Amino acid sequence: MTTPLLHLDKITMQFGGLKAVSEVDYAIHKGELVGLIGPNGAGKTTVFNCITGVYTPTQGKVMFEGRQISGMKANRIACGGITRTFQNIRLFSRLTCLDNVAVAAHPHHKAGLASAILQTPAFEADEKALKAQAFEMLDVLGLADYADQPATSLAYGQQRRLEIARALAGKPRLLLLDEPAAGLNPQESEELMTLITGIRKRFELTILLIEHDMKVVMGICERIAVLDYGVKIAEGTPVEIRSNPKVIEAYLGEEMPA
Amino acid sequence: MKRFLPPILTIFALVALNVLLPRVMNPYYFQVLMLIGINVVLAVSLNLVNGFTGQFSIGHAGFMAVGAYASAMFTLKIGAPFAASLTGVPLPVAQGIALLMALVAGGLLAAGAGWLVGLPSLRLRGDYLAIVTLGFGEIIRVVILNVNAIGGARGLPGIPPYATFFWVFGVVAIVIGLARNLAHSTHGRALFAIRDDEIAAEALGVDTTKYKVLAFVLGAFFAGVAGGLFAHFLSYLNPSSFTFIKSIEVIAMVVLGGMGSISGSVMAAIVLTLLPEVLRSVKDFRMVIYALMLIVLMITRPQGLMGTRELDLGALFGRKKAKVVS
Repeated sequence: MTTPLLHLDKITMQFGGLKAVSEVDYAIHKGELVGLIGPNGAGKTTVFNCITGVYTPTQGKVMFEGRQISGMKANRIACGGITRTFQNIRLFSRLTCLDNVAVAAHPHHKAGLASAILQTPAFEADEKALKAQAFEMLDVLGLADYADQPATSLAYGQQRRLEIARALAGKPRLLLLDEPAAGLNPQESEELMTLITGIRKRFELTILLIEHDMKVVMGICERIAVLDYGVKIAEGTPVEIRSNPKVIEAYLGEEMPA
Repeated sequence: MKRFLPPILTIFALVALNVLLPRVMNPYYFQVLMLIGINVVLAVSLNLVNGFTGQFSIGHAGFMAVGAYASAMFTLKIGAPFAASLTGVPLPVAQGIALLMALVAGGLLAAGAGWLVGLPSLRLRGDYLAIVTLGFGEIIRVVILNVNAIGGARGLPGIPPYATFFWVFGVVAIVIGLARNLAHSTHGRALFAIRDDEIAAEALGVDTTKYKVLAFVLGAFFAGVAGGLFAHFLSYLNPSSFTFIKSIEVIAMVVLGGMGSISGSVMAAIVLTLLPEVLRSVKDFRMVIYALMLIVLMITRPQGLMGTRELDLGALFGRKKAKVVS
């Protein structure tokens, strides 16, 4: 079997006396679209934070393309091919939509500080390419018309899409989406599903997503892992997960909506 | 070639005004004008730290003091003898070269101090960082006060008055141009991103460590240069010019102008330098009215004169506004 794209090797994240994530073992292969679900407080976002370098796991390793990334700084991990969106939208509020996306394209910028200050022709060309690339991402997410608008002037659903555009501009190989459907109405969720499968194909991405909306998770994910109190309690295809008694119990007997 | 036009025009204008102004202008007005120039440099450089990057520094007078004393000592020990030894060169040119060397020396030393103070900014945020920078500013002042070799409490007299109109406003043009170009580049966007959301910036690959230190170093460098101009304009330095009050004055300029707006900083520096002078006529009430006007301004325009917007001066040079590529 080939090396997985991302391998969580028994990661544990302990905050004082609290084990937010406990010995989670999980592998994601190139091209997969996998989901991470679990009740509130199960440690899903903590797993994301461990992958993206916001936290360093107290035990275990995170391997990306066969290299250890746990312990690296968040910005190096982002440049190395993993970008993310945030559960509670974190846009750069005083920048335009285009600039929000352009920030993420920044690591792929070549011109140095001196050429930027002197505005050399090389810098201008570089800047133009960067803006064009950022604009393309806006266009993919259907936000091209808002390029010059401040990010905060967008409607909620659009802000969620702008976060995805921003994450894509970093040219990731692995995209992490933290509750992309949170707060969206059914129709918007539907559109989001088409969008996610669309960008996955277009940019040949591997996607890991956290989601509460079961319709979305079950609808697009090929594989799902379930966390409860920081422990991985199940893993499998949507059909397997839906009928797994442990999962049903974790959700307190809540019937999993189809 | 078009991009070299504005700098060349600026240099011509500066040379012409340099000759003209001291001859036709009332010396008092001229002094106020020069102080405006120095304050503009201070305000724009602090804006790089507080406005662009969102780091709350209140030790700007400290960097200014480092630059002022370092460049003054440089000129007294090395620059002035060097200028005198350049016999074949016209005097203003020789003095200009000596001043330039002193400003760079002062700026670099202040930048070094900025780097030192920038380091805690990687761990501290908001008010905690403010206290560190405040402490730094006071340490610098107290050290100067107690070192006899640089005059101590008596001050440092006899600095050659090399800072002419050309140099003060040349630096003004450079610092404004630099801040503007920075703001329109990917590096500027990285700074803005850190200001708006540091965690998101980092998760998107912005090296927040590098950029926060960069902002401090650049800001301190130009504060140091402003200090050097101040020293070579007044010919005399005293530690009491670099108290905490001076830092607050510069912060007031940045906040009043609008955090992150370069033209706002420039306007606010002009207004806040002129205001105390204009109010001299009301004698005892001067500082009361000054403070009242600040309060009224902040109530009516809490985002500052300009907010985060810029006055578009590009049109003056026939430049097109940067358009979004589609």
